[in-house]
Amino acid sequence: MKTKHKAVFRRVSAKRAVAKVASLPIVPLKERRLTFGNRWDYVPAPEDSKNYVIAPRHELFINGRFVPPSTGKHFDSSNPANEEKLTEIALGGEQDVDRAVKAARRAYERVWSKMSGRERGKYIYRIARIIQEKARELAVLETMDGGKPIKETRDVDLPIVAAHFFYHAGWADKLRYAFPGRNPRPLGVAGQIIPWNFPLLMAAWKIAPAIACGNTVVIKPSKTTSITLLRLAQIFQEADLPAGVVNVVTGTGETGTAIVKHPDVNKIAFTGSTEIGKQLAQLCAGTGKRLTLELGGKAANIVFDDAPIDQAIEGIIAGIYFNMGHVCCAGSRLLVQESIFPTVVRKLRDRIQTLRIGNPLDKNTDIGAINNKPQLEKIRALVQSGADEGAEVVQPVCKLPERGYWYPPTFLTGVTASHRIAQEEVFGPVLAVMTFRTPEEAVERANNTPYGLSAGVWTDKGSKIFKIVNQLRAGVVWANTYNKFDPTSPFGGYKESGFGREGGVQGLAAYCRQD
Amino acid sequence: MSTRLDVKKTYKLYIGGKFPRSESGRYLPAHGPGNVHLDNYCWASRKDFRDAVVAARAAVDGWSKATAYNRGQILYRTAEILQNRASELVTELARSTGVSAAKAKREVTLAIDRLVHFAGWTDKYAQVFGSVNPVASSHFDFTTPEPTGVVVVLPPDEPALVPLVSLTAPVILSGNAAIVLAPDKFPLPAVTFSEILATSDLPGGVVNILTGKRGDLVPHIAGHMDVNAIVDGTGDAQLGTKLQEGTAINLKRYAKHALTAVDWFTVKAEDPYWILDTVEMKTAWHPIGV
Repeated sequence: MKTKHKAVFRRVSAKRAVAKVASLPIVPLKERRLTFGNRWDYVPAPEDSKNYVIAPRHELFINGRFVPPSTGKHFDSSNPANEEKLTEIALGGEQDVDRAVKAARRAYERVWSKMSGRERGKYIYRIARIIQEKARELAVLETMDGGKPIKETRDVDLPIVAAHFFYHAGWADKLRYAFPGRNPRPLGVAGQIIPWNFPLLMAAWKIAPAIACGNTVVIKPSKTTSITLLRLAQIFQEADLPAGVVNVVTGTGETGTAIVKHPDVNKIAFTGSTEIGKQLAQLCAGTGKRLTLELGGKAANIVFDDAPIDQAIEGIIAGIYFNMGHVCCAGSRLLVQESIFPTVVRKLRDRIQTLRIGNPLDKNTDIGAINNKPQLEKIRALVQSGADEGAEVVQPVCKLPERGYWYPPTFLTGVTASHRIAQEEVFGPVLAVMTFRTPEEAVERANNTPYGLSAGVWTDKGSKIFKIVNQLRAGVVWANTYNKFDPTSPFGGYKESGFGREGGVQGLAAYCRQD
Repeated sequence: MSTRLDVKKTYKLYIGGKFPRSESGRYLPAHGPGNVHLDNYCWASRKDFRDAVVAARAAVDGWSKATAYNRGQILYRTAEILQNRASELVTELARSTGVSAAKAKREVTLAIDRLVHFAGWTDKYAQVFGSVNPVASSHFDFTTPEPTGVVVVLPPDEPALVPLVSLTAPVILSGNAAIVLAPDKFPLPAVTFSEILATSDLPGGVVNILTGKRGDLVPHIAGHMDVNAIVDGTGDAQLGTKLQEGTAINLKRYAKHALTAVDWFTVKAEDPYWILDTVEMKTAWHPIGV
């Protein structure tokens, strides 16, 4: 005989259900602590740097050779992690700029513009392969010169540097497919000025498309980060790149101005601050020089209540603390939907306590040194302004090295749109946190800036992603991810973040005449 | 027997889909060849220009959200209306510039065909100039063009119609709103053309036409914080430099198209790459994964 089993239900009355929830212990935000004990004490794991020799003095690279500057002067370049002098860099003057432009012009007219795209491409492929071979050395040099963690230079910067040369090498003989209906030709000599936040990567972003399209280059690195570009110049020699195709003139802001003002330069490309970008635009007005600018940003990273929260936290952290926040497209404003604000802030606070700040050459380090003292002072001043204007500053408790330029990962809550910390680019590991209620408000707040370089959107709903991406006035929008770069993917800004794109088929337009 | 008096047309500005006089109350006399007085027209002021920017900005939202198909149809209708009223513009061109009726007709016909040509680009240029990018990570990555916003367009003095059409069509077809500064020398054809735009289903504010003295307005164009781009077809180096200095104010984009009078009649002035002057490329990323 079959017995009917009666399902057993335990009825919980509504009143009791509420009472059950209410009795859960809720720990207020301030008291929660991570208790991992000494499991956070990692053994030092320094990357080997002894085998990489940095010469005591570096000269200019003009017409395929390293030559001393006409000024006869050199300036010190040091490691921002310990303020130790690394080397002396040549101070390029107007005469040196002129020499370099002449070398570039000669190389353009006699060699590079006459060479078939196929052959040009093969030189660039060679360069890409040698970069891959020497990637570790370049990563170590980049870390020592700039203060970036070896994890980033090794795993992000260098692979993308090599990829940029590899990608653009392939375009050299296919340009007529990049411009339908046109027969593209090079412009001539390109003058390029790059910043200190991604020294070698910015060099790759500038040089690769320029020479792939048949131009020759005069390039100036930032004063504080010249070493890797000069090492790249040695790689150009090793690849037998014809003399004068790429010339490196190191120096100061004045050296850069000399390049911009030189009458025999056909195109200027600049990556740096909006303030300097505007000055360069003024210098170029009416000269007929083509100009592209890649300037600052104050990107909004928008997290909706239907976002995958833990992934979003990782995305927020990566968005602002990658490269110490020295990133033009850093997600420096967090716009979080009100309903999930306590959860997000709690998780952020816990997560920043796990970030390791210290020797950039240590493979466990997450956050390296601030690149230079003036930038450190700017960061401190802006965070102070945040506190003065009424925001709450959240920083982990950690011991910073005594020498070098350091700033811990920081975020501020209680920020409003009128605070300086919400409007001005900090260019440091500092996040301004604000809330919103509706998607319309999020978009309005996100677009409420003269900048327009990038933005982030976090939500699981596909149609919402597309709608928000469409409405954000930014040149690069990351949805459910952040700070991703690729040579095939065009990068550049709207509004005062600049104009022109780098990478992809769209990035070639800056270096060609399409008539 | 008494002869009949003509009712003369008042030539006004075209702002926000309406025809206001200049707020300054100023006007200028238009002359034909032999210094014959034709009609008076409005001398636009700085305030008129600012009002035009406001009207253009208000129009951008709706116009850029219109489908590419819809924008193409409206541009095509502009050609329909222009064809239907071609004789008005032929008369206007002939009496202003002194060209023969045959030459004027040739110019108007070309303007019609240009509008038809650009009407066909609205739903295609994104396919030609956009891309899906094969990134070396597990992401879907695509680049699409978007209109930049409010654009000031300056055609050359002559020819008096075809450059205006050839410069403005590539600007508005992507969803931008334009403020056109009619040529100083021959403003009347531009005003009559604005009447054709006003009856073409083109939303008010998408194209605004100002007449007067361009030189006066150039510093205000360069300095305006809510102008996204300038398209300069004047061929005037001095004016061009002053306009380009506007980039240093708010990074407004500056594009120059200085063609010879003859070249405006060739395919050189029918260039889809001019569309790219006033669009922004947006790249979007999304992870691929389960």
